[in-house]
This record gives sequence, C-alpha cells and structure tokens, in this order.
Amino acid sequence: MINITTPLTEDVRKTLKVGDEVLLTGTILTARDAAHKRLCDTLKRGKSLPLNLKDAVIYYCGPTPARPGRPIGSCGPTTSSRMDSFTPALISLGLGGMIGKGDRSDEVTRAIKKHKCVYFLATGGIGALLSTKVRSSKVILYNDLGPEAVHKLEVKDFPLLVGIDSKGRDLYDKAGWKKE
Amino acid sequence: MREISASKIREAVTELCLKANFDLRQDVLGALKSALKKETNARAKNILKEVVENAKLAKKKRLAICQDTGLVSIFLEIGNDVAIKGDLEEALHKGVEDAYKKGYLRKSVVNDSLMRKNTDTNTPCIIHVDIVKGDKIKVSVSPKGFGSENKSAIKMLRPTASENEIVDFVIDVVKRAGADACPPLILGVGMGGTFDHAALLSKKALLRSIETRNTKKHFRDLEKSLLKAVNSLKIGPMGLGGNTTALAVNIEEFPTHIAGLPVAVSVSCHATRSAEKVL
Repeated sequence: MINITTPLTEDVRKTLKVGDEVLLTGTILTARDAAHKRLCDTLKRGKSLPLNLKDAVIYYCGPTPARPGRPIGSCGPTTSSRMDSFTPALISLGLGGMIGKGDRSDEVTRAIKKHKCVYFLATGGIGALLSTKVRSSKVILYNDLGPEAVHKLEVKDFPLLVGIDSKGRDLYDKAGWKKE
Repeated sequence: MREISASKIREAVTELCLKANFDLRQDVLGALKSALKKETNARAKNILKEVVENAKLAKKKRLAICQDTGLVSIFLEIGNDVAIKGDLEEALHKGVEDAYKKGYLRKSVVNDSLMRKNTDTNTPCIIHVDIVKGDKIKVSVSPKGFGSENKSAIKMLRPTASENEIVDFVIDVVKRAGADACPPLILGVGMGGTFDHAALLSKKALLRSIETRNTKKHFRDLEKSLLKAVNSLKIGPMGLGGNTTALAVNIEEFPTHIAGLPVAVSVSCHATRSAEKVL
C-alpha cells in the first residue's frame, strides 16, 4: 500500500506503477459529464478555466446529498469513458490525476503517457463505504448543476488502484479479457 | 370492488424507494457472499469484500448503496377488482419525490434529453401497469443506475436462430459492458413478444429473485448455459479479472411472431436494487 498526497506532482506520479494499491489524502475535485462539457466549452471559446488543474486530481463522481452531521453522502466513481473526449484537453493543462471506473480510450492513454498523468480506479458501487474517507465537501463551481456541480473534497486514505500509469500501462490489459 | 387510496400507494412507493436504496436485496447479498467464498482471484476477492461491507454500512447508516440512486421504474400489477381513489399517476411521482428528498438520495433526472436541466425531484419516474386478477395491487420499484443501463441492448434475431446465436449476442453485450457496468452483473433477458415488450420483459426479469429460475425447463437450461458462458469470460469484479462476471441470468419470455425472435438484455450491476409490496 502506497500513501500519496495532493497536489499530485510529476515526481510522485512517476513513482506509481500500474496495479499499485494507493491511499490518497488531500484535495480532489469532482467533475462529471456536464462539468466536463462546460470546462471544455470554455477552452473552445479561448477563455481560461475557472479552476487551476495543475497537479490537481479530478474525481468522476456525483455524490448523493449529505445527511445532517455527515460531510457527504454516497460518493463512488462513475464511468470514466464518458469523459474521454474531454480529457486530453484537461491533461494538457497539467492535470495530475483522474479517478473513475472502467477503461479509457487510446487517445486518453496517449495523453496520460505524454504528460505523465495517472488514471486511478476506485471500486464502483461502494459509495457508502467511500463516503467514510471524505472529511469535507464544498461546491466550488457550477452550483446550478446540482449533483454534477464541481465539489471540492478533502479526503483521507481514499483507496485506489493505479489503472493507467504515467508510462501508459493499463491494468485492464493485464486482466486479460479486454474488448477487441 | 375493493377501494385503495392513491395516498396509500404514494406512501408505499416512498417506503419501497428508500428500502431499495439502503437495503441491498437479500438474494443479491447472498450471491455476493457465496461468490466471495468461491472466488480465487485475490483482487476480485478484495472487491467482493468491499461490496459486502458497503451493503452492511449502507443499511446501518441509511446511506445509499450507490450514489447513482437511479431513474426509478415502477411496475404495478393492479387487480381487476380494485378501485383506486385519487390520482394514481401523481401518487407515483410524488411517492418517488418524497423518498428522494427524505432519504438524501441523488436527484439524477433531467427534464429533457437535449436541454438537460435537473428536475431536482428525481421525477418523472417510468410507469408500467399490468392488469391482473384479484383485488390487490402489487407495487415494485426499481431504481436503476445508468452505468449499467447504458450497456443494455436489444437484437431482433431470426426465428430460426440457434441457441449459439442467442448466447453470442448476450456475450457480446457483456463484453461491451466490460468494467463500466460494475460487474459482477445480473442480467435480465427478455425473449419474445415485440421490440418494446422484450425490453420490458428484460426489466421484469431483474425484479425476480436471482434464486428463482424460469418455470420452463428449456429457459432454465438457457439461463444456466448463459451464466456459464458469461463467467467463462473472466472479466471478474470491476473488470479486473476473476471467476465472477455475473451472479445470475434471469430470463422472462412471451409468445412472439412467426418472423422473429426479439432478445433484450438489461444489464444490471452488483448493486441491483428493487423492492416490492402488495397492497
């Protein structure tokens, strides 16, 4: 088990190998379909992003609302591949890592390799359990998107696997079944 | 004629939505535990352990099993001898809205497939009604996440298609679902009827306990061979390898036309949720 903290600098990213079990502590930002579309539309218009993504970690997650007294509701990963068309643009801005479930396009893998980024896997469908690893949650952008707003999460020992490492090695390839 | 008030139905829908989202079905939990015992792949075992632990925590703390608390489908079996007093349709939508507010469940429904504004109520829900004999109403709710829903598929096979062609189609669906649909999966397969009816049957198949097999022997046999074929893919829990790619294959079937054999596959995740009640 490897303990890492944010910001996820290139030095740290380069030490991580595909299949490594990691506990992540620090700040991560949730963003899923609608937020990705808005971020990339902003870039297309030639404007700069309202977020600094340098060495940041994006978590593909839309949590359930928090019960009173809890920082967050259930908060597991959503399917990463839906973000594939938006991802290379964000990686090229210095994004340090992404957390999600499922495999990525070749284009994303190439961008990961080129910019020495990391793609982490979180176990899907265990959102209640993962909520116990979150210390605080605050919406910082696109509040009107509700569950799809960008939340800033402070996490402690958030359990992850390295799905694609900075050399572009892919854990699903290693599992052997991967779709042709 | 027995009278049932719409408000009773609204309360039942709320209760069932909450139950389904917090309390993993006993048949599903049982299958996960037995898969955990049988699984030999270390990573797969770890994932199954997390999944079982998550179900316990969700139940105890009344937290959603999964943050994707779904788009709710409601299946009603309304007896011929029942009179519903009040607005049934409103009761169903309001019942869902109440649950999603009260239970701190995610509102995942947008108002229009292109404009995509969140309705903030998790409604509308999808409503299916069957008219049956008797003086009762059976209410089943299925809050289904879209990680798996996005992988569902239908194929209109030739009437003379071999069993192999059916198996190949299901295998193709499962391969394309890969890790995204959160395996180990539960597959609801609808066979026969029309294009739309096969899809509905595949959804109904997911409501049936995975400990119960089809009543017809040839469909029971097909359920068994499909499950074996799917598990031979070794996709495993969360697609990271292992023996447990699916927990069950449930087939529901209906007569069909001389020219066709519709086959629909509803892909569902390891957190397949539903709850039912008879009023």
